Amino acid sequence: MTVTQTGTDTGTFAGTHSGLAGRLGDSVARPDGVPKAQGSFQFAGDLTADGFLWGATLRSPHPYARIVRIDVSGAWRINGVEAVLTAADVPGKATYGLISHDQPVFASDYVRFQGEAMAAVAADHPDTCRRALAAIVVEYEVLAPLTDPERAIDGSFPPIHPDGNVVRHQRIVRGDQSIHGPVVVEGTYELGRQDQAFLGLEAALALPAPGGDGVELHVATQWLHEDRKQIAACLGMPDEKVRIVLGGVGGAFGAREDISLQVHACLLALRTGRPVKIQYDREESFHGHVHRHPCTIWMRHHAGTDGTIRRIEARFVMDGGAYASTSSAVLINAVTHTQGPYRCDHATVDGWAVRTNNLPSGAMRGFGVVQAAFAHEGQMDKLAAAVGLDPVEVRLRNAMRTGDHLITGQEIVNVAPVARLIQETAALALPTEPVGGHDHDPMRLPGGAGRTADERHIVRGIGWGVGIKNLMYSEAFDDYSTARVRVADGVATVKFATVEVGQGFVTIVGQIARTVLGVEEVVIDSIDTEIGSAGSTSASRQTWMSGGAVEGACRLVRERLFEHVAELHDLEAVQLEIDGTDVVDTLGSLRMSVAAATAGIVIDETFEHHHPATEELDELGQGNCHTAFAFVAHRAVVDVDPELGLVKVVQIATAQDVGRALNPLSVVGQIEGGIAQGVGLAVMEELLQVDGIVKNATFTDYLVPTFLDMPDVVISLVEEPDPHAPMGAKGVGEPPTVSSTPAVVAAIRDAIGKDLHRVPVRPSDICS
Amino acid sequence: MSVIVATSLAEAFAALSAHPEATLVAGGTDVMVEVNAGHRHVADVVMVNRVGELCTWRHDGAMLHLGAGVTWSQIEAAPIAEWVPVLAQAARTVGSPQIRHVGTIGGNLGTCSPAGDGLPGLAALDAVVHLASPAGERSLPFAEFMVGPKRTARVAGELIIGVTVPVLRGWQGYSKVGVRNAMVIATASVALVTDLDGRTVRLALGSVGPTILRCTEAEAFAAANVDFANGAASAAVVSEFAALARAAARPIDDHRSTAEYRRHAVGVLAGRLLRRAFPNE
Ligand SMILES: Cc1cc2nc3c(=O)[nH]c(=O)nc-3n(C[C@H](O)[C@H](O)[C@H](O)COP(=O)(O)OP(=O)(O)OC[C@H]3O[C@@H](n4cnc5c(N)ncnc54)[C@H](O)[C@@H]3O)c2cc1C
Repeated sequence: MTVTQTGTDTGTFAGTHSGLAGRLGDSVARPDGVPKAQGSFQFAGDLTADGFLWGATLRSPHPYARIVRIDVSGAWRINGVEAVLTAADVPGKATYGLISHDQPVFASDYVRFQGEAMAAVAADHPDTCRRALAAIVVEYEVLAPLTDPERAIDGSFPPIHPDGNVVRHQRIVRGDQSIHGPVVVEGTYELGRQDQAFLGLEAALALPAPGGDGVELHVATQWLHEDRKQIAACLGMPDEKVRIVLGGVGGAFGAREDISLQVHACLLALRTGRPVKIQYDREESFHGHVHRHPCTIWMRHHAGTDGTIRRIEARFVMDGGAYASTSSAVLINAVTHTQGPYRCDHATVDGWAVRTNNLPSGAMRGFGVVQAAFAHEGQMDKLAAAVGLDPVEVRLRNAMRTGDHLITGQEIVNVAPVARLIQETAALALPTEPVGGHDHDPMRLPGGAGRTADERHIVRGIGWGVGIKNLMYSEAFDDYSTARVRVADGVATVKFATVEVGQGFVTIVGQIARTVLGVEEVVIDSIDTEIGSAGSTSASRQTWMSGGAVEGACRLVRERLFEHVAELHDLEAVQLEIDGTDVVDTLGSLRMSVAAATAGIVIDETFEHHHPATEELDELGQGNCHTAFAFVAHRAVVDVDPELGLVKVVQIATAQDVGRALNPLSVVGQIEGGIAQGVGLAVMEELLQVDGIVKNATFTDYLVPTFLDMPDVVISLVEEPDPHAPMGAKGVGEPPTVSSTPAVVAAIRDAIGKDLHRVPVRPSDICS
Repeated sequence: MSVIVATSLAEAFAALSAHPEATLVAGGTDVMVEVNAGHRHVADVVMVNRVGELCTWRHDGAMLHLGAGVTWSQIEAAPIAEWVPVLAQAARTVGSPQIRHVGTIGGNLGTCSPAGDGLPGLAALDAVVHLASPAGERSLPFAEFMVGPKRTARVAGELIIGVTVPVLRGWQGYSKVGVRNAMVIATASVALVTDLDGRTVRLALGSVGPTILRCTEAEAFAAANVDFANGAASAAVVSEFAALARAAARPIDDHRSTAEYRRHAVGVLAGRLLRRAFPNE
């Protein structure tokens, strides 16, 4: 069975050179950059195989209903249909999930959200699939959906799932509970449901092994080994019988961490004995993956008259939707980041993640911390106003430092340059252009191409957001990563299961190998499950975890190389070091190129990189549950049309604590992209559900920022290498989304002098 | 299924006679979205984007004739933009450059969505829509052509040939509110056309009713109260004009906006457009 792939522009990156040159600290262009721009990169949706069939999924039209009967006989009568599967056809575990396995492969008794999978078909053509799905008859007893999270908490709604309506409840109680005032500020903050809106839709190609003795799945995903574990369990096969190969990924942002079409594609391939490809369209994608948790947060800050925070009270309610996904971990992230990047020793927090008949919620860039930040930053501005300080000063007075503690009791041991971030951001130049720009281009005004305003209708505002984000997984989870490095004849080949979703790990790999080993040529091996896990490409963790694994493997290879050279030349290995592309004797005159030193030999080493263990939170929310932290500051400048409620974000200035920028170009890309998503959440992105029914599952109505909506971004990279981080580098992917949203909203508040406590901010919120 | 690519009107008519229920496709930017979403099933297709007679425009001094196949990128640029700025401004708000390169004014008319950006300008210009079939030609004022949301007076087998609009002396413009600065469906839109020779102000509203709405009361009020000679309107006139526009709207609540906001927005836009047309107090 051959999978059709073209040239080196493959999603697996197999045989791709990791950038053409460049060491740690250089700006290295992505190997897939030009192919993606030219359209030759092979995304998972471009894969085909000889004689493949198309797969498609039947989905529930109701958010909550009892399934009385499913009759698939109509589908079987359609020419070209090769398989029709329902829950009865799942040979292994009937359910899956990242943390608790509570989501059925196919619904059999109840459907719990609109779009839940109920059956799958394989056929010769997508149109045949469409007709086959339409021919399946399902009789439902439609039930009133649970859509109000408060009813899941107060117990007034009967359980909609055997596991109950509360996914997790976590309190944090720390310090003196009697502290009150003297200054008290309070607010309730709400966040709508944001979608990850990646451009490369869900897609996979499943290839059955001869005799059905295993399956190979090429898929756009975030975590190959976790997929394999869940797929194998549902297929009733041992893990080794399931091989996962990375398909070209067109963005992820958390939405590919859960199983979507993986099990369905494998089941159909095994049933038909033929390759099966499934690709979602945009509407199915909106229903087929998890979203950012809609959330309501109440916070009350008690502070001194000088603006120092004394105690925080908070309550979080997160709508987890129909299935658990990562809700319990998202909740823990949210509640443990209640204080933001500020000192606070006394707190009382109550957090709930609950089940409803809305779309399932799970991972999205920022993972619970985005929600917390919108609230704590709103509070900081209220506090500033209450004590008569400006937003910068109140944040500086409370800024966290290394050695301070979270309200969980965990000490921040990482570099924590919060005050410096705020100061460096403040020092970045404000836009010099007036409203509308020097050229008076109406496109630059709020309303853009719609020409809704003239310059005199516009007011400008400035706002701040400062954030803290945990890096890596938490609560005793060992999200280790594995890398294998093989050097022969001056060429390093690196094998890993780290998923490249666009973040740039494929450039970092080469930079590490070149720097540590002195090789010039670095080749990436196929990204698949033929090596140990790399953990997920999420939680801003791959440069730290997989970069650390590659660095570790390179160091082992280098030790062996030094031993080899030392033996040949009768030296001590400790005398040797890499200088550029040479091996040199620091005590003598030997100097030879790494290529010459490795001629005719093969050195092959594998390294597993674990971070220090973390703990579960106890009853009172105490414990060292997180691995590490990064910090960021944002200042937004917005132009607002108060009468029409339209916004143009003009500029975002940011200083980010990156530890060390291993590839500055990539870091800037992450910052700009993260800010685009933060701006989107601030002013337009929301997947609407009314009574559990999705209202805007298209890109016509789910709006993401265009170029005209994207502000200028001015960046200061704050490089204080973190002693705990491999190569000193912190994760950079999530912080840009964490506090850019509150900064934009603060700027709108500043422009119009009105309290806004919900995102996305709608025009009617501004002008009503 | 058949796909016929017509290269002349005669070929298009022949194809339509053979397949009266065929789907006409110009740029395909409405049709293909519906097909891909499974909302529209096409049997036979007649492509009209290469029909020379449809893809041309003609300016004969007082009037401008735009063939149905004229694209938004043609309309947003000179010389058409200079003759009918209201349509040019509308054209600039349509989709993205890719969409404007293939999307046509005829397709906008064919779909006839209340949110179609070309339509308020056509309504305000009192455009005449030309239809033809092998049986003959007929011409309808825009107001009679659009009979409801996505409903037109066109009958099966008829082609939209084009529209005729007057080339007027006086300011004209189009404003559209959406929740994004580009590439967005109108939640409310307003076209305003002044005719200095006829001393009229015409106002049409989009996305706030089942069809494009002409605001005859606001128009009559403006004609009586603005100072055409000096390009002036008082603040009170502007605000009354806005109020009359608001009153003329018949908006609904949907997932894109509330009716209340839509009504508010057309008032604001109408007032601002009148001020642009009559900059002096
Ligand atoms: C991404 C995107 C963004 C868009 N943004 C906007 C926007 O901002 N504003 C806006 O108004 N629209 C927008 N549209 C919709 C669309 O681009 C416009 O309505 C465009 O004018 C349609 O023209 P077309 O030539 O592509 O029409 P087609 O899709 O080819 O046809 C549309 C309809 O008209 C009929 N038709 C076409 N030509 C004729 C003819 N000569 N005679 C009779 N019937 C005919 C067709 O049968 C069909 O019913 C957008 C579409 C997309 C995909």
